[in-house]
Amino acid sequence: MSVVKDGFGRDDAGDERNEHGFPGGSPYVPSARRLERERYRRVRARRATAVAALSTLVTGVVVYLLVVSAPGWPRTRETFFNGQYAREAFPKVVEGLWLNLRLLLVCGAAVLVLGMLIAVARTLRGPVFFPLRVLAAAYTDFFRGLPLIINLMIVVLGVPALRLQGVTVDPVLLGGTALTLTYSAYVAEVFRAGIESVHPSQRAAARSLGLSNRQALRFVVLPQAVRRQVPPLLNDLVSLQKDTGLVSIGGAVDAVRAADIIVGRSLNYTPYIVAGLVFVALTIPMTRFTDWVTARMDRRRAQGGTT
Amino acid sequence: MNDGDLPVLRMESVRKTFGGSVVLRDVGIEVPPHTVTALIGASGSGKSTLLRCANLLEDIDDGAIWLDGEEITDPRVDQDAVRRRIGVVFQAYNLFPHMTVLENITLAPRRVHGVPRAEAEQRAVELLERLGLGGRAGEYPDRLSGGQQQRVAIARALAVRPRLLLLDEITAALDPELVGEVLNVVRDLKGDGMTMMLATHEMGFAREVADQVCFLDSGVVLERGTAEQVFGDPQHDRTRRFLRRIVEAGRL
Repeated sequence: MSVVKDGFGRDDAGDERNEHGFPGGSPYVPSARRLERERYRRVRARRATAVAALSTLVTGVVVYLLVVSAPGWPRTRETFFNGQYAREAFPKVVEGLWLNLRLLLVCGAAVLVLGMLIAVARTLRGPVFFPLRVLAAAYTDFFRGLPLIINLMIVVLGVPALRLQGVTVDPVLLGGTALTLTYSAYVAEVFRAGIESVHPSQRAAARSLGLSNRQALRFVVLPQAVRRQVPPLLNDLVSLQKDTGLVSIGGAVDAVRAADIIVGRSLNYTPYIVAGLVFVALTIPMTRFTDWVTARMDRRRAQGGTT
Repeated sequence: MNDGDLPVLRMESVRKTFGGSVVLRDVGIEVPPHTVTALIGASGSGKSTLLRCANLLEDIDDGAIWLDGEEITDPRVDQDAVRRRIGVVFQAYNLFPHMTVLENITLAPRRVHGVPRAEAEQRAVELLERLGLGGRAGEYPDRLSGGQQQRVAIARALAVRPRLLLLDEITAALDPELVGEVLNVVRDLKGDGMTMMLATHEMGFAREVADQVCFLDSGVVLERGTAEQVFGDPQHDRTRRFLRRIVEAGRL
């Protein structure tokens, strides 16, 4: 019998030592091996950072030189990157952006709710819900296929033409409605794919606990589905944010239209660049935020490990 | 157990912590070629963590691990190359539900080892036959029983002809009547001379197949020896208490 006193390492744990050997008991001193390993990893990390910085710098310089050395660069800079027009356009664009933001918030919320309802309607089981399933399927088929711009024109221009009593003719409200109609169809499909991607064993486990179909969906399936759908949902929301600009076809002045007005007057395209950058600047924090949220959820849940 | 050969797996002073809790404090283990090492110990004593460390699924905090004399915990080592030589069977099977049994088994031989499809499939079918799963090649994992799934998982691990097989509580999720079919497979593998390290609660089985039994307790290998030694004449109080609890639970 070799009660481990024989060999390698320091694992000669006698009972005495082990009795007070629980975490916090015997003080742990990192071995030379560990220190060496950590030193190596630090060197590696530093080198990786240096390589990343260098390659970024080189790429930046190459792109800059490529653009600047283009034959049409001076003219392009004058028409697209004019500081004076940029300063003039910026406040107007930001003013217009407020409309885009309000549309995004209201339509985004409406789209999420409506999309979820449609998705759930499509996944309902049972013969009673047959008409609901068909309606939901028809809705997504139709509005996903219909080009947004045509949808907008029908709603924004067509509805006022009906001259219905009590129905708004406000282009912003109507435009928002059209956006919601189209995007709900997209988002419904995203949600449905998420619901169906949850492994059937999860539904089985939930039903086995006595949860009804609806409860299983609400407490077990949807939370998992939504978690997976965050990136594609964000995609659709960013896309929606940009498409809010299309309500300007009804005459509303948003960021793009504001830029458009100045361009029309000056024949200088800088305001478009300004408007574009403002939109980009708006989406970046949103993306980072959702990345952070999903990463945090993963960390709290994951088994850990290196893969 | 000591046939003088270089051990297939050697761990020295391995330490692993999760946040503030020390799971492995100072573990040393040697697995000689063509032998079976059984890790026993209470739940949470670090058996699974030890196996995960051996397959580099966890980074160890301190100490070192060697596979065939090569230190695999060296940060310069190619982890994928190390894992190619080690087969792992998990407690929860971890089969890929979107692939058929055959695809599960041939994935690594074809994509990692570059074995031609026909050859990989032939080997997979042979393995399935041997494991009593002939005719199941086209099924999807979710349509198989737990015992069958676990045997597929073993076939998947064996398909790349690993140097070492790590088995992590592979019968813990199975019905008693299905445990036998899986353990028979392990018994056969031992007959073939496969080197294995397994974490198990099946003491009777550990006693039967293990050349070496290691009792893990509070982060160290408290007791090590042949099955007769550890089960028959445990030297440590803690080992005795653990085995008594097992006997009381009717598991030995």
